[in-house]
Amino acid sequence: MVEEIVKKAEEMAKEQRAVSVSEFFERNRHLLGYDNPTKALLTVVKEIVDNSLDACEEARILPKIYIEIKQKTPDVFRIVGKDNGPGIVDKQIPYTMAKLLYGSKFFKLYQSRGQQGLGIKGCVLYAQLTTGKPTTVISSTGDGKTSYYELMIDVKRNEPNIISHRIEEDGRIWHGLKIELEIEGRYIESKTSVNEYIRQTAIANPYAEIIFDGPNGKIEYPRSANVLPALPKEIKPHPHGIELGMFRRMLESTRSRNLIGFLTNDFSRVGRNSAEEVCKLAGIDANKDPTKLSTEESEVLFKALKKVKLMRPPTDCLSPLGEDLLLKGLQKEIKAEFFAAVTRPTSVYRGNPFVVECAIAYGGELPQDSTIELMRFSNKVPLLYQAGDCAITKAVATTDWKRYGLQQSGKSLPTGPAVILVHFASVWVPYVSESKQALAAYPAIMKEIKLGLQELGRRLQKHVSGKKRAEMQKRRRQIFERYIPEVAQSLQELTDVKADIIKRKLFEMIEKKQITIEEAMENVEERSGRKIGEAREEDSE
Amino acid sequence: MEEKLVKLGKKILSEIEAGKNPSIDIPIRSLSNIVFDEKTKLLKLGDKYAKRYFFNVAQAKSFMQTLLVASFCRDIVKENIHTSIRDMYYNLKRTLPNSDENTFDEQAESDPIIVDLETSLGVLREQLHLIADRKGVVAGNVVIEDRGDEIDWSKLGSGGWSIPSAVEDIKFKKVKADFVIVIEKNAGFERLHEDKFWKKYNCILIGTGGQPARGTRRLIKRLAIEHNLPVYVMTDSDSYGWYIYSVIKSGSMALAHASDDLGTPSVKFIGLTISDIEKYGLQKSTIKATEQDLKRAKELLEYPWLDHKEWKREIKLMLQKKIKAEIEALSARGLKFLSEVYLPEKLEKKEFLP
Repeated sequence: MVEEIVKKAEEMAKEQRAVSVSEFFERNRHLLGYDNPTKALLTVVKEIVDNSLDACEEARILPKIYIEIKQKTPDVFRIVGKDNGPGIVDKQIPYTMAKLLYGSKFFKLYQSRGQQGLGIKGCVLYAQLTTGKPTTVISSTGDGKTSYYELMIDVKRNEPNIISHRIEEDGRIWHGLKIELEIEGRYIESKTSVNEYIRQTAIANPYAEIIFDGPNGKIEYPRSANVLPALPKEIKPHPHGIELGMFRRMLESTRSRNLIGFLTNDFSRVGRNSAEEVCKLAGIDANKDPTKLSTEESEVLFKALKKVKLMRPPTDCLSPLGEDLLLKGLQKEIKAEFFAAVTRPTSVYRGNPFVVECAIAYGGELPQDSTIELMRFSNKVPLLYQAGDCAITKAVATTDWKRYGLQQSGKSLPTGPAVILVHFASVWVPYVSESKQALAAYPAIMKEIKLGLQELGRRLQKHVSGKKRAEMQKRRRQIFERYIPEVAQSLQELTDVKADIIKRKLFEMIEKKQITIEEAMENVEERSGRKIGEAREEDSE
Repeated sequence: MEEKLVKLGKKILSEIEAGKNPSIDIPIRSLSNIVFDEKTKLLKLGDKYAKRYFFNVAQAKSFMQTLLVASFCRDIVKENIHTSIRDMYYNLKRTLPNSDENTFDEQAESDPIIVDLETSLGVLREQLHLIADRKGVVAGNVVIEDRGDEIDWSKLGSGGWSIPSAVEDIKFKKVKADFVIVIEKNAGFERLHEDKFWKKYNCILIGTGGQPARGTRRLIKRLAIEHNLPVYVMTDSDSYGWYIYSVIKSGSMALAHASDDLGTPSVKFIGLTISDIEKYGLQKSTIKATEQDLKRAKELLEYPWLDHKEWKREIKLMLQKKIKAEIEALSARGLKFLSEVYLPEKLEKKEFLP
């Protein structure tokens, strides 16, 4: 979907009409995450944090991110984002920050946090459109020089508009990026706003230290792991995973001169034989220039590509968090008594490799009688909206939690003291809509999520039943403890041995667990025995 | 008696010292552990017993209760005082510290514990100085001595003498009677007493007021053994009445361990039988037997101690006609019919069931 928008924007940009970029933004703001002031504020923070995390991970730096939100006027907020990432080379800063569509990630697929439409440039544009103020960018790559920019976007030409620029050689050695901007927004603390986004990001990225200095005070999320997850590998698209629009764009922009080259170079798992087979099936000359294909031809070729049998895509391109990081993330932020995490093996939906990870926190201080808290993530980014439409929500609701020790009525989210986390990692995340907040319920995806949840359920059930057993043991013990003083006192009266001595002995027996419950269950016929006698006897005494 | 209680305590103590789950052996009082001793014609307890453990969630409380009762009994035996089982219940009832649980919630809980202790020690509660409410009355030409007082059973007016729970220490000074009549119903006793039946027929009259209390059963036994008196029992003509007869004669299942003291095998049954109904024209005064009555009657057929052809005939007759009758049915023939016609005729013809 996004590539369609981008294509349109590119066309608009080519026409170089000032209104068009603003118009484009206005028309598509709901797709870009700027539907309303609350969401706009979230989107800006999201873009900054996601960018920082991606940059740090790529540079193999344990992230330390600082986010500040301060209210300037009732409608205007000043946002500061600072990271310890690799920074951006001075010359690149204006283009990276203030030229729309610069540095596209297309055609090379890899698992990244992905962009909500326009990425950081959208933030600069949004700031400029709502407050008219430039965005300040400060960066250093660790060479002792620090770049200072004040940037806007020249919407007429889609070029950076540098308001001010200076380089200071103060010898201070640091690397990272600091962004300051002012936007129109609204700050509300809820389950679908900035505070929750940061909390969940801290959970899914436990190797990151995040400090959030918001309008209601400062919250620090310390780092609980010192290992970064493996860097995802780039892969070329698998033919079974692409859509026609993307296929056409690939045809147009390929560097290959013939179809054979195009198919073998630009896709994964397509060899020479397969490429020839595709062309033969489509009835198109394999030596034809890919950029010269007609609309009809491209469609026929696309269909043929889908029909040919190919190896499944490589699955080593993904970077799941792993069970250890999942546990660390949850343990850090949630006060529960039981944690479990599962990373499923890589699976494939429509040619796209993906990994599902599930984790649960149970008991402790979590509320007993409310619906469980479900945290959804795709590529380590929290999904806050459209919960009902999401494959993750559906998979949780259609799993039978009653057998695992949670309450559940019908096909709804279970009730009980639990937080369930599901992470979907893929090079291509299938969202149900452009707002990118809900996963599409492909059968292969649903199956993987449910398998992960069931595994968690089994572990939970073991814990819950063990807990019940311990509680029963405790209750039994309390019964004995309550009776021991009476028994000891009676025995003193019968035998003239001091009750204290007897009491101590009996308590010792409980402590040493000399008396097992099994032994105690030996005889049960006695009571019923008397009942028979009583029924037959109306002894009036 | 005190020794037996102390012995129980020491046995439990030695188990605790050995690190064993402390327990009390309690003979099983169900039908499966009751045997009918053909030689003595009494119900006897078999040798099956159940262990009541302390470290058993299902038994811990009754174990504690048994010890509470035992220690209470040692106390009163030592002090040589007697108390009622109700008194004991109130004495032992209290709330356990740091809980909302009581040692006993109602007397129905402490009463069976007493029986447990009796059977466990093979003694009677009276020997443990526990007494029940007085139940049962007696009248006749007998003079006894009870706690130093002389009592003449013929000079107690309309009420008769209330039989105490413990009759062991009663001394018979004078017994002038040819036989004993035991009647289940208080109304029947009143009738015969007012009609001076015991005077006319030179007998002792005992009213049990339903299932006879142990004191009454013990008194019957003493009169039969010590004074060689024939005893005739009169009950309603139904399975419950007949079971009362069986308890007087052979002992009860609940107190099978004390049958030697409480059962009187020589007693005979004078009435009411199902045959009497036709014989005395009482058909109009009968009551339809309930399912429960019939079920009980079938059980009576299985009891070896009622294994006599006369009894089998009566019980089968009841099952066949599905009727029963109370002693009061005889009043249909006039209020004095019982004392002036029925009993004299039966006694004269020696029409008894074994």
